[in-house]
Amino acid sequence: MNWKTFYALLSRDGHVARRSLVMVLVQNLLQPLLFTFVFGRVLTSGGMMQAGFKSVLLPGVIAISMVIAGVQAVAMPLITEFQFSREIEDRLLAPIENGWLAVEKIIAGMIQALVAGLVVIPAAWLMMGSSTNISFAHPFVFAAFCLLVALLAAAGGLALGCSVGATQIGLMFSIILTPMLMFGCVYYPWSFLRAFPGLQYAVLLNPVVYASEGLRGVLAPQVPHIATWITASALAAIDLGVIALGIKKFRKKAVS
Amino acid sequence: MGIGIRIENLRKVYNSPPPSVAGGRGFSFGPTRSSGGRKEKKKKIEILALDGVSLEIPAGEIFGLLGPNGAGKSTTIGILTTRTEPTSGRVFVGEFDVWKQQVKAKRVIGVVPQRPNLDFALTTREVLLFHGAYFGQSARERARRADEQLEKFKLTDRAGQMVRELSGGLMQRLSIARAMMHDPEVLFLDEPSAGLDPQTRLMLWEIVRGYGSLGKTIVLTTHYMDEADELCQRLAIIDHGKIIAQGTPRELKSSIPGGYVLRVRFDRAPEELLRQLRELPGVTEVHSTDPTAADIYADRGGPLIGPIVNAAQAAGAELHDVHIQEPSLENLFLHHTGRSLRE
Repeated sequence: MNWKTFYALLSRDGHVARRSLVMVLVQNLLQPLLFTFVFGRVLTSGGMMQAGFKSVLLPGVIAISMVIAGVQAVAMPLITEFQFSREIEDRLLAPIENGWLAVEKIIAGMIQALVAGLVVIPAAWLMMGSSTNISFAHPFVFAAFCLLVALLAAAGGLALGCSVGATQIGLMFSIILTPMLMFGCVYYPWSFLRAFPGLQYAVLLNPVVYASEGLRGVLAPQVPHIATWITASALAAIDLGVIALGIKKFRKKAVS
Repeated sequence: MGIGIRIENLRKVYNSPPPSVAGGRGFSFGPTRSSGGRKEKKKKIEILALDGVSLEIPAGEIFGLLGPNGAGKSTTIGILTTRTEPTSGRVFVGEFDVWKQQVKAKRVIGVVPQRPNLDFALTTREVLLFHGAYFGQSARERARRADEQLEKFKLTDRAGQMVRELSGGLMQRLSIARAMMHDPEVLFLDEPSAGLDPQTRLMLWEIVRGYGSLGKTIVLTTHYMDEADELCQRLAIIDHGKIIAQGTPRELKSSIPGGYVLRVRFDRAPEELLRQLRELPGVTEVHSTDPTAADIYADRGGPLIGPIVNAAQAAGAELHDVHIQEPSLENLFLHHTGRSLRE
């Protein structure tokens, strides 16, 4: 393993991300934050929603922001770099095994997902205003969940970025990401799907469910949620699977 | 001490559409076959890009791969540079088996791709700096080398400009500067002068020669005869994935019978006429290319036109067109393939 090269690859991604930091944050966070404002503030203050909804919403918004940020941070550049211009070629020729470049992409994506999470927590909190009942009693469990979710997002971005062509980016959002977010228990606890038993079990295939339910269990334990040990182990298992899939796809895509 | 290259019986069959879009690699339209097994619903397309290529390139040589588009030049370079996986066969850069010791091989090679694949998210100078960093150069060393390369390739005034704003020619120059940034022992240039203006092309030749004089091994592909002739110490001519001739430019040129080629066209060219043409003084070979045309290989050009006209009249045919080609690698290619390099 060639750490100097690995670090250089990582600093390249860091350098490029810093150059467009504000733009990227706006791109990834504006929608969830506006959503938070409308549902968490406007509708609750008008009485359409109960105030307790704020505590349901906040963990979900953190999860979705991290997922979107991580997926985009890895998938979007990868799709263009593998296209026509083959921009990634110079890095594939760097003296390091190709698989490590995939690992580097995952780590860079994780960092960006974590930054998005760090920014969205205070921002969403401010937007929701008072009476958001969030608990930080278990900072380490919270940190562990953040890492698992960031890993999920970045590795998922790697797998998607290596499977989707530039012409299918729009399609990727409408048929993969949107259903994953809508059926990801982001805006409601999983138990609310009781009325739709088929759907309730179908959504368990969706990793975003474990991300939002897991964070809900840590930050708002008073809201009904899937047991933390289940969400944590499901996330860990899915993470491993997605990492393996992503690296495999990357290595295949890297060579013709 | 330089590093040589050995290619052993290399074959490459593309199963999917070849990456011509992605990497600009050429491929052969020729031997396409489909293996339509009953179980397979989709027809599998197989494109044979390389068909048993073996080559030895000694250390310190400037070696050219010459051939038309789709001959297999870029596929060969792709395999030598870890970017394309061979179907069978082995390639060595120095003592490293490229496909078993990829990282070691990558360390000693520099690659200039057919189309610039620069990192669009960076500036001109950053492209060089990060490239140096990938190869483990210290911050001070890569800054010094980057400035040297910028100077050498006349890019200093573009140092801070984003790469995506550069013109095609400037991108090509930066690609070459980048490939030389880590001082590789072996430099691969895939059609380096495509899209360059004549002046930059001369600058490129000078830089390649200079780099070669340091004892580095240089492999370049081209479909320009003059470039191959001018720059390369040795050449291999490749067509449809096979090496059809190799040697120094001088050896190759002198291997063509006669040296001159007269491409003639009549209203009709009966066998009797071809026989008479073969007997003309100085003619070594006559190839009939279609019912009305022939390629005449001879040791002279213009002086043959009179006798050709007479022979045609004697055979009751009329000469419509004649084109004289002086001894060149172009003729060599024509001789081996029956096609002109640009056809």
